[in-house]
Amino acid sequence: MNFKFTSRSIDDTLLLAENIESEKFPGMVICLNGELGSGKTVFVKGFAAALGVDGNITSPTFTIVKEYNSGELPLNHMDVYRIEDNEDFGVEDYFNSDGICIIEWAELIEARLPEERLDITFKILDENTRVLVFSPHGEKYEELCNAVL
Amino acid sequence: MDVYILAIESSCDETSMAVVKNGCEVISLSITTQMDTHAKFGGVVPEIASRMHTEVITLVLEDCLEKANMKIEEMDAIAVTNKPGLTGSLMVGVEAAKTLAFLYNKPLIAVNHLIGHIYANNLESKMEYPLLALIVSGGHTELLIMEDDYKFKRLGETQDDAIGEAFDKVARVMGLSYPGGPSIEALAKTGKHTYELPKPVKEQDYNFSYSGLKSAVINLVNKEKKQKKEINKADLACSFQEVAIDELVRKVELALKNTNIKKLVVAGGVSANKYLKAKMEELCKKYQASLLIPRMLYCTDNAAMIGAAAYPKYLRKEFSDYSLDVSSSADICS
Repeated sequence: MNFKFTSRSIDDTLLLAENIESEKFPGMVICLNGELGSGKTVFVKGFAAALGVDGNITSPTFTIVKEYNSGELPLNHMDVYRIEDNEDFGVEDYFNSDGICIIEWAELIEARLPEERLDITFKILDENTRVLVFSPHGEKYEELCNAVL
Repeated sequence: MDVYILAIESSCDETSMAVVKNGCEVISLSITTQMDTHAKFGGVVPEIASRMHTEVITLVLEDCLEKANMKIEEMDAIAVTNKPGLTGSLMVGVEAAKTLAFLYNKPLIAVNHLIGHIYANNLESKMEYPLLALIVSGGHTELLIMEDDYKFKRLGETQDDAIGEAFDKVARVMGLSYPGGPSIEALAKTGKHTYELPKPVKEQDYNFSYSGLKSAVINLVNKEKKQKKEINKADLACSFQEVAIDELVRKVELALKNTNIKKLVVAGGVSANKYLKAKMEELCKKYQASLLIPRMLYCTDNAAMIGAAAYPKYLRKEFSDYSLDVSSSADICS
């Protein structure tokens, strides 16, 4: 079952992401899809703040992965837009760790994603409004969605 | 006595090696995307894909030593980028460096990639301190004060997208080719600054932000599409480029004014942009400051800059042992 959330501002998206209690969920995998400027990195900023990550979350588009170790769990923020032809960049190593993975443009590496995960699709309605569709895969992720949304 | 350093860079897309003499003279430089891969692979592989470091690193080593007409035995040290970057990519370079250092009994020097970008300037002309350093690339946008060799103080950095990323993303939305920097710059030449775009951030702050500007361009493109209007791409490219770069200029001007430092070095791939170059020249003239920007080859990712940055560490005997690790992130100031 899918869950829908309408965000009317950057603050709405930040607050939603902050409500996810990720610190109780080692190995969590969240996949973000949606066009440029739809708020994927904004979501990660809120999520990281709630996890206790110090400092600023900046876009990982160029570097592909940015790792943050100052929070309650390690956070691996990825943007796989520049990955081509299902290239092996060691993403499975990240999935097999206790850290949390958030992957922007995850649909591009579909074949490498774990079965149990949370997919979130971002849609732009107008300048400030976004619709976020949450699709949990696996019981743990369904419980998470029920708790947050 | 002359010091020869073999330097290795594999932090992101490029695999590169260089032999650098005394931290300022490039004896040879090999970068995968610029190598004659046809010759090396017998024409089988037309182009080496990004981040194939393991596949190409020995070829790059051979090419680099061949061009230098030197042997590893003649090197005084092996230098390598160990942060920041993609962990898997960095590891290939670091393992290669450790292996060479161990086999040939040479000191191992770890270099921060960003510090490498700044030291690329020493390949052109010796940096004099204190200076202001602006790093503008695909992954970074930072403004620093450098008081001496390896003494950095950060003034500001990007809070979201790096400027190079903003160029790439805007190019993507406008249907231009990757990387976005050159394609936007080319198109901007034929356009005028007609679109009104928001200025990135607060007036008296050294930090940068490019996500709002990026979103403004996306919103504009979407709005025009909905109204079935045609975007003037050249004008939009010009408007975006001017707003994005004028913001860098404004922050550097603030720093020149507040610190009274009379030297500016610019580093990183975006410094190849001619509008940026022209604006920085104008600014430095106004403040009677000197400007240093490395040539294109040393602006983008390359190992020669790693050799340049390793030299002061060699002189201070700041060597690493074989437990040297990689890190995806790194603070230049710590």
